[in-house]
Amino acid sequence: MGLKQKSADLKKRMREAVKGGGTKAIEKQKATGKMTARERIMSILDNKSFHEYDLFVKHAGKDFNMDKKYLPGDGVITGTGTINGHPVCIYAQDFTVAGGSLGWAHAKKITKIMDHAMKLKIPLIGINDSGGARIQEGVNALAGYGEIFYRNTQASGVIPQISVILGPCAGGAVYSPALTDFVFVVDKVSKMFITGPEVIKSVLGEEISMEELGGARVHCETTGNAHFYAESEEESFSQIKKLFSFIPWNNERKAETFPKRGPKTRQYKIENIIPSDPRQPYDVRDVIKAICDDSEFFEIQEMFAANIVIGFARIAGQSVGFVANQPLVLAGVLDVDSSDKAARFIRYCDSFNIPLVTLVDLPGYLPGVDQEHAGVIRHGAKLLYAYSEATVPKITVIMRKAYGGGYIAMCSHHLRADFVCAWPTAEIAVMGPEGAANIIFRNEIKNAENPDEMRKLKVKEYKNKFANPYVAAAYGYIDAVIEPFETRNFLMHALEISESKIEYIPNKKHGIPPF
Amino acid sequence: MKENDVLTKKVKKVSYKSLLIENIKYRTKLTKKYQSRKPYEKKDIKKLTAFIPGTIKKIYVKPGKKVKEGDNLLILEAMKMNNELLSPTSGVVKAVLVKKGDLVTKNQLLIEFE
Repeated sequence: MGLKQKSADLKKRMREAVKGGGTKAIEKQKATGKMTARERIMSILDNKSFHEYDLFVKHAGKDFNMDKKYLPGDGVITGTGTINGHPVCIYAQDFTVAGGSLGWAHAKKITKIMDHAMKLKIPLIGINDSGGARIQEGVNALAGYGEIFYRNTQASGVIPQISVILGPCAGGAVYSPALTDFVFVVDKVSKMFITGPEVIKSVLGEEISMEELGGARVHCETTGNAHFYAESEEESFSQIKKLFSFIPWNNERKAETFPKRGPKTRQYKIENIIPSDPRQPYDVRDVIKAICDDSEFFEIQEMFAANIVIGFARIAGQSVGFVANQPLVLAGVLDVDSSDKAARFIRYCDSFNIPLVTLVDLPGYLPGVDQEHAGVIRHGAKLLYAYSEATVPKITVIMRKAYGGGYIAMCSHHLRADFVCAWPTAEIAVMGPEGAANIIFRNEIKNAENPDEMRKLKVKEYKNKFANPYVAAAYGYIDAVIEPFETRNFLMHALEISESKIEYIPNKKHGIPPF
Repeated sequence: MKENDVLTKKVKKVSYKSLLIENIKYRTKLTKKYQSRKPYEKKDIKKLTAFIPGTIKKIYVKPGKKVKEGDNLLILEAMKMNNELLSPTSGVVKAVLVKKGDLVTKNQLLIEFE
């Protein structure tokens, strides 16, 4: 055979392999409203940037007549490419080939591209659409999952790892996404659970649909397993591209800087957002939009534990992570879920050199037996741990209430914030005036002729004396009291002078955070 | 100011509730999770409940039977394990609310004591 024939032979082999599960299976995939694995990769990556690896890998099944079967690419497509010009490694499970089931060679392809991503120090994107372990391959399928989990863990905090759930992801398979940084889900397409509706019905007699058990909404609202919710695959892909604009390629780099752009101050007037009565709600995201470039805030886990807001934005072109109490929901309290949500995000930003900006306005922790028994001590401690441990620039703005333990937890100077400022509306105190007055003046109130009048008087007295930023300022616990309109300038300056911040942590293998 | 008017109008549509923290009433939205939380109930020693969902394999007692604390009352099969459920108290069985072969949910009442 000459080169011409050999080229023709290669083309023929490639044509065969890229067909995946064939026309019928592809039609079936499309009928359920899903893209094919190859289309997904092409839609996420820059045009013509995809370079495929291991197209000709053969599956390793020998038992149950599997050796007679041809499974193109063994149900997964892997390769490299670029997103907005940034290099990434990517894999997409192909449901049209044996239901995207994971066998030994399938796993080998994934772990190979993972190793590649680690060596090149570039991000990894995994698209999950798989029926689960290939049962015919037995323990080799399990081995495959284990090898993936181990690599996810090793890569954690070194390269960004993104999971996109575009189909079923069930049983042990769910733990790879859970170990990665961000999980993207799509309404009616994504399904994640450990045990499916059938098992639950047969064992427990409880009936539930796949969507109700582990659909996109459930994981965004209830479990907190997913971070980004989209109505369609296309929307999900544009979210991924946006995320990549805020994060660096790896933990040794910084996120890309963009040209500085002012906030849309006509739409978001910082002075008008916050009601002066600390008991009245407002949307803290409006404050973020009044501060950041172009008023563009990229929120993460919008539907989960909405009493705390997390996400990325830019200040003077630099990517920053915002953590903000949300008075609009549950008065912005800290609780099990909100502590957990914020703590993980703080550790993400710290791992990838993204400065943290914390906006404080909270009444404290959510009271209740359910919270105590759900372990609010253990979960709340995660927030203290994450803030204390973080060595990226940490800037805190106390806008209104900062009471009690909540004041400490929200990146106070005591947890080594680099800059803490407060607005004149700030109330930094050991607890709210009503609670404090009741304790401090208990006897005066009890013995008064009119206890209610006395209580009101004492609350007022306490409010006047302590519900302000100046007591904390007198001890140097805050660096400056600034007017709300000065906030953006304060942040820009703080970020600018923190460029070369170095903080040393005691030499250790790793800490023991309250997981 | 116009934009802020629009903002307040939007805010007005939301149904705010109040949340009491340290004697201060805050106006805010409540989450689904918060609203669906179950009030705490003290554990009743006179009631034996299923600690795990499963199937009743065997029942050793009938109403009127005197039992001692730690006596084996029934076998609840769950996750392929036969779990012996022991009496939490000494006393007389008042009612057995399940029969052999029943599928029970977590926290379902199985046996009551007098």
